Parts: sequence; structure tokens; C-alpha cells
Amino acid sequence: MTASTPEPARRKRLRISLSHERLAGLFWQIVVVGIAIALVAWLWSNAAHNLSVRRISTGFAFLGREAGMPIADALLAYSPKNTYLRAFIVGVVNTLRVAVIGILLATVLGTLIGIARLSSNWLLSRLAAVYVEMLRNLPLLLQLLFWYVLMQGLPAARAAWMPIDGVFLSNRGLILPSIPIGEGNLWVMGAAAAGLIASYLLNRRLIAQQLRDGQPRRIWPYGLALVVGWPALVSWGLGVSWTIAMPELRGFNSVGGLTLTPEYFALLVALVTYTSAFIAEIVRSGIQAVHRGQWDAAMALGLRRSFALRHIVMPQALRVIIPPMTSQYLNLTKNSSLAVAVGYQDIVSIANTTLNQTGQAIEAIALIMLVFLTISLGISLFMNWYNARIALVER
Amino acid sequence: MTSIADAPENPLPVGRSRSRRGRGGVIGWLRANLFSSIPSTVISLLLIFLLAKACVSLLQWGFWNAIWSVPDNQTGACRAIRGLGACWAVIPEKFRFILFGTYPFDQQWRPAVATLTFVALFFVSSRRNWWRKELVLVWGAALVAIGLLMWGGVFGLPFVSQDRWGGLPVTLMLATFGLAVGFPLGIVVALGRRSKLPAIRSLCVLYVELIRGVPLISLLFMASVMFPLFMPDGVNIDKLLRAQIAFVLYAGAYLAEVIRGGLQAVPRGQHEAADALGLSYWKKNGLIILPQAIRHVIPPLVNTFIAFFKDTSLVLIIGIFDLLTTAKTAIIDPAWQSFSVEVYLFVGLIYFAFCFAMSRYSRRLEAQAGST
Repeated sequence: MTASTPEPARRKRLRISLSHERLAGLFWQIVVVGIAIALVAWLWSNAAHNLSVRRISTGFAFLGREAGMPIADALLAYSPKNTYLRAFIVGVVNTLRVAVIGILLATVLGTLIGIARLSSNWLLSRLAAVYVEMLRNLPLLLQLLFWYVLMQGLPAARAAWMPIDGVFLSNRGLILPSIPIGEGNLWVMGAAAAGLIASYLLNRRLIAQQLRDGQPRRIWPYGLALVVGWPALVSWGLGVSWTIAMPELRGFNSVGGLTLTPEYFALLVALVTYTSAFIAEIVRSGIQAVHRGQWDAAMALGLRRSFALRHIVMPQALRVIIPPMTSQYLNLTKNSSLAVAVGYQDIVSIANTTLNQTGQAIEAIALIMLVFLTISLGISLFMNWYNARIALVER
Repeated sequence: MTSIADAPENPLPVGRSRSRRGRGGVIGWLRANLFSSIPSTVISLLLIFLLAKACVSLLQWGFWNAIWSVPDNQTGACRAIRGLGACWAVIPEKFRFILFGTYPFDQQWRPAVATLTFVALFFVSSRRNWWRKELVLVWGAALVAIGLLMWGGVFGLPFVSQDRWGGLPVTLMLATFGLAVGFPLGIVVALGRRSKLPAIRSLCVLYVELIRGVPLISLLFMASVMFPLFMPDGVNIDKLLRAQIAFVLYAGAYLAEVIRGGLQAVPRGQHEAADALGLSYWKKNGLIILPQAIRHVIPPLVNTFIAFFKDTSLVLIIGIFDLLTTAKTAIIDPAWQSFSVEVYLFVGLIYFAFCFAMSRYSRRLEAQAGST
């Protein structure tokens, strides 16, 4: 364009092209949304037709009916006479039981292995590397089936293995000593929880004071008193019994103690070992991401190594570690649905049985999705909160 | 955190010494890497003891006590040493079924060639200097060839319906087609998620978050049970194809997130420069933005491929005959029922070979990216 081009024409063209862009945007949005709505409507009308032809009822009324499905491994009281709703709740509890304990164990194991990979001991770091490579490169379902087959290959309950006194491992599962929980025990646990919260608040106060006057203060005597001493006092005052119930072998089965079924145990072992391999890599790269200068600076200040790791390196490593860790936790939770392959009755397995019994596929799968979306959202919210807490505060 | 600080050995990266290597041969190496301090020595000795013990019992089970072949299905000898020695005889007996499922026995060279074609295709696609437009044509030709081989019905090959396909080719097929179709889908969704148009953006977010929020099994259930309900009368889509559709949708959502990460890494200036040149939206993304974005995320893409390859084994739950399902079915045979560990190890080796190759490859790409 040369200067001879009249000014108004150029402005006009510009305006046209702008509105053209906006119009095109609007047009494409309407087209895409229209296609999406048409697709959903088409699928929906097909479904409505098919359901009426096959005489499958719709809606969630079936939840109130008798389930008639046995659940072997129910944490809550349950019998086949209960409703589908109750069965679903039992399934959700079973899912959470695997997911929560799995996340805790996988975090501990994965962190240890991640640190072992960084060890200066060649053998230890090599073994950790082999562990990680082996577990990461095999399908989880294969590992799960493998653990389950191994569990089934264990000796019968009568000839159970006893690695430690009171711990039995047989093809009926893992039996551990347990402590029968009564009302008194719950009070003591409540006291311990209160002590934990109190010492957390106290710790915050002490740190705030330290920031003000620079005097280091000890937290652990107070912490010990609040978390151990106070519940012990309550326990003594109420006369609560903490006797450990040792399982005994009697005939073909065992009495007393806590029993983990082979299905649950195999699922837990598979999920924990598989996820720990991924967590180990995350922890390793997190620690390696902290600049060496941070270590050198801590050493130059004369700090002990454990202190430097806890107060200098880990807080920085955690910023790198937490976001991928969140997705591993989500993966573990979603992977717990593989339970259906070994017959552990989690929410997916129960929904699947429901689907087969009632034919209400849409409702059953909608319930699975609802449960998992809720759990995923819960984990995400918690981890985001934690991430925001430890995030770098730019000053 | 406390567990780290209290660990007896305190294995810290700072203690990792680089300079000690190469001082004084084997003994020097041993002293530096295994016996540098008292805790390290204790750990080394303990690990050597445990490792030796594990190796001995594994060798005993896997080699010395193992039975390598038995005359026609007489597994009595195998059962007699159960728990003491492996029964590798199950592998030669069953490997054809595990690898190719119920494909007609005399025609099994066809899935074998198809499998090799897949492997060759992966190999060719992994070479950096082969990444050009012709590769798309190679892919198209190879996939058509595989389809012709598997189905047959032409060139004098008898027709084999896909109900009889099974084993490794099915696993490779689910993974390859899932990724090949899911990848463009992922690109479109990733672009849609960054689009300025609110309706398109929210549709893409809805799709990605819904798929990523639920377990893959529920998607597969949907494909196997719900999908037929949503089709009009008379439309009957094969089970394998339905699972394949579920995998495409699944791969699309996960790949979209990886690609979105790459799109975010492309500097703003690139967009502005493309706009200044007057390129259209598609030209801008296809020629300027996407090539850079995808280059950024090749290592995580390969990791997604590995995860996806492993996830294809989940079709076991809806009863499609992939590699894991054929393995599990092979040991239903009463004579061989109790030798599942051996079969799982065999199948595990195959999965491991594929995944390990991919993970090595991804690491090499990462190293290359780091060095440039």
C-alpha cells in the first residue's frame, strides 16, 4: 500500500475484517455446538428406542430394590437382602479402602526407593533402578494377575506361613494381629488426634516467635506430651484395654485377628509396587532438581545433613514433586478399578454386577463415573491446597 | 520427610562422588562405591546376602529344577515339582495360542508377518531422519497391508473374520490404531482447548476432563455394553472395533493434555509473527506453532505411548483376545492349569521388550534434546 491509498477505505476494510473474524468465530461455534447437540440427541433417541424395545426401565428406582448380590469382603454390615444403594456404598468404601491405604504405602515405598536410587552405594542404587524399570514397563493388570496367582499358590490355611509370630500368610489371605476397638479406644484415639492438632498449632506459634526474636525453641517435648502423654493419661484414666488379639489357627481356618483377603491383598500389593516405581522417579527427579548450590550453602552454614535435607532441600524439591504426585494418586485411585479382574468387589465390580442383573447400563456406568469424578476432584482439591501452601512465596 | 532424615545411611546426592571413579582399579572402585562408610558397608553386605539368596532360589526354580518339555500333555512330572521348579514345557506347548489366539493354525504366518510389519513400522518411525511427509504414506500402506493380511479374502488368502484374531497382533493393533487416530484427535482438542471461542473451549475441556476423570475400565464397559444401546436398529458394530473406538477417545484425551503442554511452551512471539505474516488460523498452527510444540513434548509423548500400550491389556476385562487374555485363556486347559506363573512371565517378557525399548528411546530423545 502506498501513501496515496485513501485513509477511510483502509479503516473500513479493517473494520470489515474484524467483524468478519468475529462472525466466523460465531459461525464455527454454532456449527460445532450444533453438531454436538445433534449427535447427543441422536444417540439419546436411539437409546430411548432401544430401551423401550428391550423393556429396560430407566431411572434410579432400582437403587431401592433388593440387591441379592453377595459381597465377600464388606467393611460395612451387608447382606444380599440389602438394597442396591447399600451395595454401592459398600463398593465405594471398598474402593476407598484400597485407594487410601495404597496411596499412603506407595508414597512411603516410592520415596524410599527414589532416595535409594540416589544413594552413593552402587548396589543399592542399581537395585532401585532395576525395581523401577521392571515395574514401570509391565502392564499393571499383568502384575495384578501375577500377584493373585502367587497368593493362590500359597499353602492352605492349615499349613500357613508364619514369617513373624501372629502373622499368617496362606491362600486365604494375610492375617494380622489386631486390637479390638471399643468405645474407650475411640476416646483415646480422639485424644491423640486432639493432641496432634494442638501440637501443630503450638508449632506454628513457636515458629512465629522464633521468626520474631530469632531464638530457636524446642517443640518435641510438648509434642511428645500432647501426642503420647495425654492419650496415655486418658487411656489410664478410663482403664482402656489394648490387648492384642493374636490370630490362632483352628482347623481349616483362623480365629481372631485382622484378615486381608487374597483379592484385597493382591490388589494392594500390585497397586502399591506399581505406583511406587513411578513415585520413586518423581522423588528422584525432584531432589535432583534442587540446585547443588543449595547443598553447598547449607554445608557452608555448618548445618547438619539431615537438617539441610529437611529444611533446605526437601521444601524446594516438594514444589517439583507435588504436581506429578497428584496425578499418580489419581492414577492409583483409577487403577484400583482393576479389582474386577481378581474379584475384589470395589465400586466398578459392584456396578458391573448390577448392570448384568438389571440391564440398566447407563445408570450403572453413570454411578461409576460420578464416584470417580468425585474422588478425583477431592484428591485434586486437597493436593492443590497443599501445593499452594508449599509454593514459592516470591518476595 | 522424617523418614528420610532418620534413615541410617542418609543417602544424599551431595555425597555422590564423581571423582572417585578410576582410582585404583577394582578394589578402589569397590571401596568407593560399596564400602565407602560403615553404614554403606552394612547395606552392601546385607544386599549382597539377600541378592545371592534370591538368585539361588530363582535359579533353582527356573533352571536346575525346571522341566523343559513333557511328552504330549503328560504334566504329572511338572505337577510333582510344583513350587520347586518351573514347568517351562507349557511355553512350547502354548506359545502359538498365546501369540496368535484362535487364528486358523495353518494360516498363522499371516499374523506373524503382520506383527513384524508393526515392529518394522515402529522402527522406521523412530528414526529422526525419517520424519518427513512420506512417512504418512508408509504408515497408510503398512496399515492397509496389515488389514489385508489379517482379513485375507484376496490374493488367494482365505478370509478370517476378526472374531478369530487374537494375541500379540490384537494388542499391537489396539495400541497402534488407538494412537494413530487418537493423535490427530488430540491435536484438534488441544488447539480447541486454547481457542478463543468459549463454546469450543468448554466442549474440549468437558471431553478431556470427563475421560481423564474416570477409569479406563468404565470407558471399556461403556464401549461393550452401552454403545450398542446408543446405535440405531440394525447397526451392529464389532466388539473389537467398539473397544478400538473407546481407546481412540481415551488416547485423544491424554494426548491432548500432553500436546497442550507443548503449545504452552511456544513463545508468544511465534503467534504474533505468524499473525503479522497474515497466515490463516490453520496455516499458522500447522506450519509454525504445532511443529515447535510437538518437538517440545516428544519425550512425554513417548511416555504416554508406553502407558497406552500397557493399558491395552485392560481389554481382558471385556473379553477381547489380546496378548494377556490369550495367556490367561491358555492356562484354563486342565492339564496346564497350575503353571500360570510361567505363562505370565513369558507374556511379561514380551510386554517388557516393547515398553523397555520405548522407554530407552524416550530417554535417548531426552538426552538429545538436553544436549542441543
